[in-house]
Amino acid sequence: MLEHYLSLLVRSIFVENMALAFFLGMCSFLAVSRKVSTSVGLGFAVIFVLTVTVPINNLVYMHLLRQGALSWIHPSLADVDLSFLGFLTYIGTIAAMVQIVEMTLDRYVPVLYTSLGVFLPLIAVNCAILGGSLFMVERSYDLGESVVFGFGSGVGWLLAIAGLAAIRERLRYNNIPAGLRGLGITFIVTGLMAIAFMTFAGIQL
Amino acid sequence: MNRKSREALLDPFFNNNPIAAQVLGICSALAVTTQMIPSVVMCAALIAVTALSNVSVSMIRNYVPASIRIIVQLTIIASLVIITDQILKAFLFDVSKQLSVFVGLIITNCIVMGRAEAFAMQNGPWRSFLDGIGNGAGYSLVLIVVGFFRELLGAGRLFGVQVFELAGEGGWYVPNGLLVLAPSAFFIIGLFIWGLRAWKPLLVEED
Repeated sequence: MLEHYLSLLVRSIFVENMALAFFLGMCSFLAVSRKVSTSVGLGFAVIFVLTVTVPINNLVYMHLLRQGALSWIHPSLADVDLSFLGFLTYIGTIAAMVQIVEMTLDRYVPVLYTSLGVFLPLIAVNCAILGGSLFMVERSYDLGESVVFGFGSGVGWLLAIAGLAAIRERLRYNNIPAGLRGLGITFIVTGLMAIAFMTFAGIQL
Repeated sequence: MNRKSREALLDPFFNNNPIAAQVLGICSALAVTTQMIPSVVMCAALIAVTALSNVSVSMIRNYVPASIRIIVQLTIIASLVIITDQILKAFLFDVSKQLSVFVGLIITNCIVMGRAEAFAMQNGPWRSFLDGIGNGAGYSLVLIVVGFFRELLGAGRLFGVQVFELAGEGGWYVPNGLLVLAPSAFFIIGLFIWGLRAWKPLLVEED
Protein backbone atom coordinates (compact mmCIF):
# COMPACT_ATOMS: atom_id res chain seq x y z
CA MET A 1 0.00 0.00 0.00
CA LEU A 2 2.79 2.36 1.00
CA GLU A 3 4.65 1.55 -2.20
CA HIS A 4 1.57 2.44 -4.21
CA TYR A 5 1.34 5.86 -2.55
CA LEU A 6 5.06 6.44 -2.96
CA SER A 7 4.91 5.65 -6.65
CA LEU A 8 1.91 7.97 -7.06
CA LEU A 9 3.82 10.71 -5.25
CA VAL A 10 6.87 10.40 -7.48
CA ARG A 11 4.66 10.28 -10.55
CA SER A 12 2.76 13.43 -9.61
CA ILE A 13 5.91 15.37 -8.71
CA PHE A 14 8.18 14.47 -11.63
CA VAL A 15 6.60 12.43 -14.41
CA GLU A 16 3.25 14.21 -14.61
CA ASN A 17 4.45 17.60 -13.48
CA MET A 18 1.47 19.98 -13.49
CA ALA A 19 3.35 22.91 -14.98
CA LEU A 20 5.78 21.28 -17.38
CA ALA A 21 3.80 18.27 -18.62
CA PHE A 22 0.24 19.62 -18.60
CA PHE A 23 0.83 23.39 -18.85
CA LEU A 24 -1.39 24.05 -15.85
CA GLY A 25 -1.10 27.21 -13.80
CA MET A 26 0.81 28.82 -16.64
CA CYS A 27 -0.47 32.36 -16.10
CA SER A 28 0.96 32.75 -12.63
CA PHE A 29 3.86 30.50 -13.62
CA LEU A 30 5.01 33.07 -16.17
CA ALA A 31 3.89 36.19 -14.34
CA VAL A 32 5.25 35.50 -10.83
CA SER A 33 8.54 33.84 -11.76
CA ARG A 34 10.64 37.01 -11.83
CA LYS A 35 12.10 36.48 -8.35
CA VAL A 36 12.91 33.22 -6.54
CA SER A 37 11.58 34.36 -3.16
CA THR A 38 8.09 35.32 -4.36
CA SER A 39 7.80 32.29 -6.58
CA VAL A 40 8.67 29.96 -3.68
CA GLY A 41 5.99 31.70 -1.58
CA LEU A 42 3.42 31.12 -4.30
CA GLY A 43 4.61 27.53 -4.66
CA PHE A 44 3.97 26.79 -0.99
CA ALA A 45 0.52 28.36 -1.20
CA VAL A 46 -0.25 26.10 -4.18
CA ILE A 47 0.94 22.97 -2.30
CA PHE A 48 -1.24 23.91 0.63
CA VAL A 49 -4.39 24.63 -1.34
CA LEU A 50 -4.00 21.56 -3.60
CA THR A 51 -3.50 19.24 -0.61
CA VAL A 52 -6.72 20.57 0.92
CA THR A 53 -9.02 20.98 -2.10
CA VAL A 54 -8.34 17.76 -4.02
CA PRO A 55 -9.44 15.48 -1.13
CA ILE A 56 -12.45 17.69 -0.38
CA ASN A 57 -13.57 17.62 -4.00
CA ASN A 58 -13.00 13.86 -3.88
CA LEU A 59 -15.46 13.59 -0.98
CA VAL A 60 -17.93 15.87 -2.77
CA TYR A 61 -17.73 13.79 -5.92
CA MET A 62 -17.97 10.42 -4.13
CA HIS A 63 -20.85 11.34 -1.83
CA LEU A 64 -22.87 13.95 -3.71
CA LEU A 65 -22.26 14.09 -7.43
CA ARG A 66 -21.54 10.74 -9.08
CA GLN A 67 -24.29 8.44 -10.22
CA GLY A 68 -25.92 6.71 -7.25
CA ALA A 69 -23.92 8.77 -4.77
CA LEU A 70 -27.05 10.22 -3.19
CA SER A 71 -28.48 6.83 -2.21
CA TRP A 72 -27.30 7.37 1.36
CA ILE A 73 -30.07 9.98 1.73
CA HIS A 74 -32.87 7.80 0.38
CA PRO A 75 -32.78 4.62 -1.73
CA SER A 76 -35.04 6.21 -4.35
CA LEU A 77 -32.26 8.66 -5.24
CA ALA A 78 -29.99 5.85 -6.45
CA ASP A 79 -30.33 6.80 -10.16
CA VAL A 80 -29.60 10.49 -9.72
CA ASP A 81 -26.48 11.54 -11.60
CA LEU A 82 -25.33 15.05 -10.78
CA SER A 83 -21.84 14.77 -12.27
CA PHE A 84 -22.64 17.43 -14.90
CA LEU A 85 -22.65 19.93 -12.03
CA GLY A 86 -19.00 19.05 -11.40
CA PHE A 87 -17.27 22.17 -12.73
CA LEU A 88 -19.53 24.53 -10.82
CA THR A 89 -19.17 22.56 -7.59
CA TYR A 90 -15.40 22.18 -7.77
CA ILE A 91 -14.75 25.83 -8.49
CA GLY A 92 -17.17 26.76 -5.69
CA THR A 93 -15.39 24.43 -3.27
CA ILE A 94 -12.03 25.83 -4.28
CA ALA A 95 -13.13 29.46 -3.88
CA ALA A 96 -14.71 28.70 -0.50
CA MET A 97 -11.70 26.69 0.71
CA VAL A 98 -9.27 29.41 -0.29
CA GLN A 99 -11.36 31.89 1.68
CA ILE A 100 -11.48 29.62 4.75
CA VAL A 101 -7.78 28.82 4.56
CA GLU A 102 -7.04 32.52 4.33
CA MET A 103 -9.12 33.36 7.41
CA THR A 104 -7.72 30.44 9.43
CA LEU A 105 -4.15 31.37 8.63
CA ASP A 106 -4.82 35.01 9.43
CA ARG A 107 -6.21 34.02 12.84
CA TYR A 108 -3.82 31.24 13.90
CA VAL A 109 -0.62 31.40 11.80
CA PRO A 110 -0.12 35.09 11.03
CA VAL A 111 3.52 34.53 10.01
CA LEU A 112 2.53 32.22 7.17
CA TYR A 113 -0.37 34.50 6.28
CA THR A 114 1.79 37.57 5.81
CA SER A 115 4.40 35.63 3.86
CA LEU A 116 1.85 34.23 1.42
CA GLY A 117 0.20 37.65 1.10
CA VAL A 118 -1.78 38.31 -2.04
CA PHE A 119 -1.06 34.89 -3.52
CA LEU A 120 -3.70 33.05 -1.53
CA PRO A 121 -6.76 34.77 -3.07
CA LEU A 122 -5.15 34.61 -6.54
CA ILE A 123 -4.86 30.87 -6.27
CA ALA A 124 -8.62 30.39 -6.58
CA VAL A 125 -8.30 31.01 -10.31
CA ASN A 126 -5.04 29.11 -10.82
CA CYS A 127 -5.73 26.36 -13.34
CA ALA A 128 -3.41 23.93 -11.56
CA ILE A 129 -5.85 23.81 -8.63
CA LEU A 130 -8.96 23.10 -10.70
CA GLY A 131 -6.89 20.81 -12.91
CA GLY A 132 -5.91 18.77 -9.85
CA SER A 133 -9.55 18.17 -8.98
CA LEU A 134 -10.52 17.35 -12.56
CA PHE A 135 -7.66 14.85 -12.95
CA MET A 136 -8.66 13.29 -9.63
CA VAL A 137 -12.18 12.66 -10.96
CA GLU A 138 -11.02 11.49 -14.36
CA ARG A 139 -8.55 8.97 -12.93
CA SER A 140 -10.97 7.98 -10.12
CA TYR A 141 -8.56 8.27 -7.20
CA ASP A 142 -9.81 7.32 -3.73
CA LEU A 143 -9.48 9.58 -0.70
CA GLY A 144 -5.95 8.54 0.30
CA GLU A 145 -4.70 8.71 -3.27
CA SER A 146 -6.15 12.18 -3.74
CA VAL A 147 -4.31 13.49 -0.66
CA VAL A 148 -1.02 12.13 -2.04
CA PHE A 149 -1.81 13.31 -5.57
CA GLY A 150 -2.76 16.84 -4.42
CA PHE A 151 0.38 17.17 -2.32
CA GLY A 152 2.65 15.74 -5.01
CA SER A 153 1.26 17.96 -7.76
CA GLY A 154 1.81 20.99 -5.56
CA VAL A 155 5.43 20.02 -4.86
CA GLY A 156 6.03 19.48 -8.57
CA TRP A 157 4.61 22.89 -9.37
CA LEU A 158 6.81 24.52 -6.71
CA LEU A 159 9.92 22.82 -8.12
CA ALA A 160 9.09 24.01 -11.62
CA ILE A 161 8.40 27.63 -10.72
CA ALA A 162 11.40 27.92 -8.40
CA GLY A 163 13.65 26.52 -11.16
CA LEU A 164 12.26 28.91 -13.76
CA ALA A 165 12.62 31.90 -11.42
CA ALA A 166 16.26 31.02 -10.73
CA ILE A 167 16.96 30.80 -14.46
CA ARG A 168 15.20 34.12 -15.13
CA GLU A 169 17.24 35.88 -12.44
CA ARG A 170 20.37 34.81 -14.34
CA LEU A 171 18.88 35.70 -17.72
CA ARG A 172 18.81 39.35 -16.77
CA TYR A 173 22.56 39.56 -17.38
CA ASN A 174 22.36 38.06 -20.84
CA ASN A 175 22.20 39.84 -24.16
CA ILE A 176 18.90 38.59 -25.59
CA PRO A 177 17.52 39.83 -28.95
CA ALA A 178 15.05 42.68 -28.34
CA GLY A 179 11.98 40.85 -29.58
CA LEU A 180 12.63 37.79 -27.44
CA ARG A 181 13.23 39.70 -24.22
CA GLY A 182 10.80 38.98 -21.41
CA LEU A 183 7.97 36.69 -22.45
CA GLY A 184 9.53 35.15 -25.55
CA ILE A 185 12.67 33.82 -23.91
CA THR A 186 10.65 32.70 -20.89
CA PHE A 187 8.57 30.46 -23.14
CA ILE A 188 11.67 28.95 -24.72
CA VAL A 189 13.31 28.37 -21.33
CA THR A 190 10.11 26.73 -20.09
CA GLY A 191 10.18 24.46 -23.13
CA LEU A 192 13.76 23.43 -22.39
CA MET A 193 12.83 22.74 -18.76
CA ALA A 194 9.92 20.62 -19.95
CA ILE A 195 12.31 18.56 -22.07
CA ALA A 196 14.52 18.07 -19.02
CA PHE A 197 11.53 16.86 -17.01
CA MET A 198 10.62 14.42 -19.76
CA THR A 199 13.61 12.30 -18.81
CA PHE A 200 11.61 11.24 -15.75
CA ALA A 201 9.02 9.56 -17.97
CA GLY A 202 8.58 5.88 -17.32
CA ILE A 203 10.14 5.91 -13.85
CA GLN A 204 8.29 3.45 -11.61
CA LEU A 205 8.97 2.73 -7.97
CA MET B 1 -19.86 49.52 -37.02
CA ASN B 2 -18.11 52.55 -35.55
CA ARG B 3 -14.42 52.86 -34.82
CA LYS B 4 -14.57 51.92 -31.12
CA SER B 5 -16.45 48.71 -31.83
CA ARG B 6 -14.05 47.80 -34.59
CA GLU B 7 -11.13 48.34 -32.24
CA ALA B 8 -12.76 46.11 -29.64
CA LEU B 9 -13.08 43.38 -32.26
CA LEU B 10 -9.81 43.69 -34.16
CA ASP B 11 -7.24 44.91 -31.65
CA PRO B 12 -6.80 41.55 -29.92
CA PHE B 13 -5.61 39.92 -33.15
CA PHE B 14 -2.16 41.47 -33.23
CA ASN B 15 -1.82 44.76 -31.35
CA ASN B 16 -3.16 43.43 -28.09
CA ASN B 17 -3.07 39.67 -28.56
CA PRO B 18 -4.20 37.92 -25.36
CA ILE B 19 -1.33 35.42 -25.42
CA ALA B 20 1.53 37.43 -26.89
CA ALA B 21 0.82 40.83 -25.36
CA GLN B 22 -1.43 40.40 -22.32
CA VAL B 23 0.07 37.07 -21.13
CA LEU B 24 -3.39 35.63 -20.53
CA GLY B 25 -4.78 32.17 -21.02
CA ILE B 26 -1.71 30.12 -21.75
CA CYS B 27 -2.88 27.73 -19.08
CA SER B 28 -5.33 25.29 -20.39
CA ALA B 29 -5.03 24.90 -24.07
CA LEU B 30 -1.46 24.19 -25.10
CA ALA B 31 -1.73 20.50 -24.43
CA VAL B 32 -4.51 20.21 -27.01
CA THR B 33 -2.52 21.59 -29.94
CA THR B 34 -0.85 18.37 -31.13
CA GLN B 35 -3.53 18.11 -33.81
CA MET B 36 -5.68 20.57 -35.69
CA ILE B 37 -9.13 19.12 -34.97
CA PRO B 38 -8.99 19.39 -31.17
CA SER B 39 -7.35 22.82 -31.46
CA VAL B 40 -10.15 24.14 -33.64
CA VAL B 41 -12.84 22.69 -31.38
CA MET B 42 -11.12 24.17 -28.34
CA CYS B 43 -10.95 27.57 -30.04
CA ALA B 44 -14.64 27.48 -30.96
CA ALA B 45 -15.54 26.57 -27.38
CA LEU B 46 -13.39 29.34 -25.98
CA ILE B 47 -14.74 32.01 -28.37
CA ALA B 48 -18.31 31.04 -27.46
CA VAL B 49 -17.62 31.11 -23.72
CA THR B 50 -15.70 34.40 -23.80
CA ALA B 51 -18.28 36.19 -25.91
CA LEU B 52 -21.30 34.95 -23.93
CA SER B 53 -19.69 35.53 -20.54
CA ASN B 54 -18.72 39.05 -21.56
CA VAL B 55 -22.30 39.77 -22.61
CA SER B 56 -23.78 38.32 -19.40
CA VAL B 57 -21.32 40.09 -17.12
CA SER B 58 -21.81 43.34 -18.98
CA MET B 59 -25.60 43.14 -18.69
CA ILE B 60 -25.56 42.70 -14.92
CA ARG B 61 -22.56 44.94 -14.24
CA ASN B 62 -24.64 47.71 -12.66
CA TYR B 63 -26.54 45.42 -10.29
CA VAL B 64 -23.70 43.36 -8.79
CA PRO B 65 -21.98 44.68 -5.65
CA ALA B 66 -18.22 44.95 -6.16
CA SER B 67 -17.42 42.69 -3.21
CA ILE B 68 -19.06 39.59 -4.69
CA ARG B 69 -18.41 40.20 -8.39
CA ILE B 70 -15.66 37.57 -8.70
CA ILE B 71 -17.87 34.76 -7.46
CA VAL B 72 -20.73 35.96 -9.69
CA GLN B 73 -18.41 36.00 -12.70
CA LEU B 74 -17.08 32.55 -11.84
CA THR B 75 -20.61 31.17 -11.58
CA ILE B 76 -21.60 32.60 -14.96
CA ILE B 77 -18.44 31.26 -16.60
CA ALA B 78 -18.76 27.84 -14.97
CA SER B 79 -22.39 27.52 -16.14
CA LEU B 80 -21.42 28.44 -19.70
CA VAL B 81 -18.58 25.92 -19.64
CA ILE B 82 -20.93 23.20 -18.39
CA ILE B 83 -23.24 23.92 -21.35
CA THR B 84 -20.29 23.81 -23.76
CA ASP B 85 -19.06 20.56 -22.27
CA GLN B 86 -22.49 18.94 -22.54
CA ILE B 87 -22.82 20.07 -26.18
CA LEU B 88 -19.37 18.67 -27.02
CA LYS B 89 -20.18 15.38 -25.28
CA ALA B 90 -23.45 15.10 -27.18
CA PHE B 91 -22.27 15.98 -30.69
CA LEU B 92 -18.49 15.53 -30.80
CA PHE B 93 -17.86 12.73 -28.34
CA ASP B 94 -14.45 11.64 -29.69
CA VAL B 95 -12.99 15.13 -29.61
CA SER B 96 -14.50 15.68 -26.18
CA LYS B 97 -12.67 12.57 -24.91
CA GLN B 98 -9.44 13.84 -26.44
CA LEU B 99 -9.77 17.25 -24.80
CA SER B 100 -10.50 15.51 -21.45
CA VAL B 101 -10.11 17.95 -18.55
CA PHE B 102 -9.13 20.86 -20.74
CA VAL B 103 -12.71 21.83 -21.56
CA GLY B 104 -13.38 22.22 -17.86
CA LEU B 105 -10.26 24.29 -17.49
CA ILE B 106 -11.77 27.02 -19.69
CA ILE B 107 -13.32 28.16 -16.39
CA THR B 108 -9.94 29.13 -15.01
CA ASN B 109 -8.63 30.33 -18.36
CA CYS B 110 -7.48 33.82 -17.52
CA ILE B 111 -8.75 35.24 -20.82
CA VAL B 112 -12.39 34.66 -19.92
CA MET B 113 -12.04 35.99 -16.39
CA GLY B 114 -9.63 38.74 -17.41
CA ARG B 115 -11.86 40.14 -20.14
CA ALA B 116 -14.94 39.96 -17.93
CA GLU B 117 -13.11 41.89 -15.25
CA ALA B 118 -11.16 44.31 -17.43
CA PHE B 119 -13.62 45.04 -20.24
CA ALA B 120 -17.17 43.83 -19.62
CA MET B 121 -17.43 45.49 -16.21
CA GLN B 122 -17.00 48.93 -17.86
CA ASN B 123 -18.66 48.55 -21.25
CA GLY B 124 -22.07 47.85 -22.76
CA PRO B 125 -23.18 44.37 -23.88
CA TRP B 126 -22.68 44.83 -27.65
CA ARG B 127 -19.13 46.11 -27.37
CA SER B 128 -18.32 43.47 -24.75
CA PHE B 129 -19.60 40.83 -27.14
CA LEU B 130 -17.25 42.09 -29.84
CA ASP B 131 -14.39 42.22 -27.36
CA GLY B 132 -15.11 38.62 -26.35
CA ILE B 133 -15.14 37.45 -29.98
CA GLY B 134 -11.97 39.43 -30.72
CA ASN B 135 -10.03 38.09 -27.76
CA GLY B 136 -11.24 34.55 -28.33
CA ALA B 137 -10.17 34.84 -31.95
CA GLY B 138 -6.79 36.35 -31.09
CA TYR B 139 -6.20 33.40 -28.82
CA SER B 140 -7.43 30.97 -31.47
CA LEU B 141 -4.99 32.48 -33.97
CA VAL B 142 -2.06 31.46 -31.76
CA LEU B 143 -3.51 28.02 -31.02
CA ILE B 144 -4.16 27.31 -34.69
CA VAL B 145 -0.68 28.42 -35.73
CA VAL B 146 0.80 26.15 -33.07
CA GLY B 147 -1.51 23.28 -33.98
CA PHE B 148 -0.76 23.71 -37.69
CA PHE B 149 3.00 23.40 -37.27
CA ARG B 150 2.82 20.63 -34.70
CA GLU B 151 0.54 18.41 -36.75
CA LEU B 152 2.11 19.18 -40.13
CA LEU B 153 5.76 18.77 -39.12
CA GLY B 154 5.19 16.26 -36.32
CA ALA B 155 3.00 13.79 -38.19
CA GLY B 156 2.84 15.06 -41.77
CA ARG B 157 -0.92 15.49 -41.45
CA LEU B 158 -3.47 18.30 -41.35
CA PHE B 159 -6.93 17.70 -39.85
CA GLY B 160 -6.02 14.01 -39.81
CA VAL B 161 -5.44 13.91 -43.60
CA GLN B 162 -1.97 12.84 -44.76
CA VAL B 163 -0.28 15.79 -46.51
CA PHE B 164 3.33 14.64 -46.56
CA GLU B 165 4.13 11.02 -47.42
CA LEU B 166 5.89 9.55 -44.39
CA ALA B 167 9.27 7.87 -44.87
CA GLY B 168 8.05 4.85 -42.93
CA GLU B 169 5.34 4.28 -45.53
CA GLY B 170 7.55 4.71 -48.58
CA GLY B 171 7.29 8.50 -48.84
CA TRP B 172 9.92 11.18 -48.39
CA TYR B 173 9.05 12.96 -45.12
CA VAL B 174 10.73 11.94 -41.86
CA PRO B 175 8.41 13.24 -39.09
CA ASN B 176 9.99 15.41 -36.42
CA GLY B 177 9.19 13.64 -33.16
CA LEU B 178 9.95 16.69 -31.03
CA LEU B 179 6.87 18.49 -32.33
CA VAL B 180 4.56 15.80 -31.03
CA LEU B 181 5.91 16.30 -27.52
CA ALA B 182 4.59 18.93 -25.14
CA PRO B 183 7.67 21.24 -24.98
CA SER B 184 7.52 22.08 -28.69
CA ALA B 185 4.41 24.20 -28.05
CA PHE B 186 6.52 26.50 -25.89
CA PHE B 187 9.15 26.87 -28.59
CA ILE B 188 6.59 27.66 -31.27
CA ILE B 189 4.88 30.26 -29.08
CA GLY B 190 8.23 31.78 -28.12
CA LEU B 191 9.11 32.11 -31.80
CA PHE B 192 5.61 33.42 -32.59
CA ILE B 193 6.07 36.15 -29.99
CA TRP B 194 9.48 36.97 -31.41
CA GLY B 195 8.04 37.29 -34.90
CA LEU B 196 5.14 39.42 -33.70
CA ARG B 197 7.44 41.74 -31.79
CA ALA B 198 9.87 42.04 -34.66
CA TRP B 199 6.91 43.15 -36.78
CA LYS B 200 5.40 45.45 -34.11
CA PRO B 201 8.34 46.86 -32.10
CA LEU B 202 5.95 48.68 -29.73
CA LEU B 203 5.29 45.37 -27.96
CA VAL B 204 8.94 44.82 -26.98
CA GLU B 205 9.45 44.61 -23.20
CA GLU B 206 12.16 46.53 -21.42
CA ASP B 207 13.70 44.37 -18.73
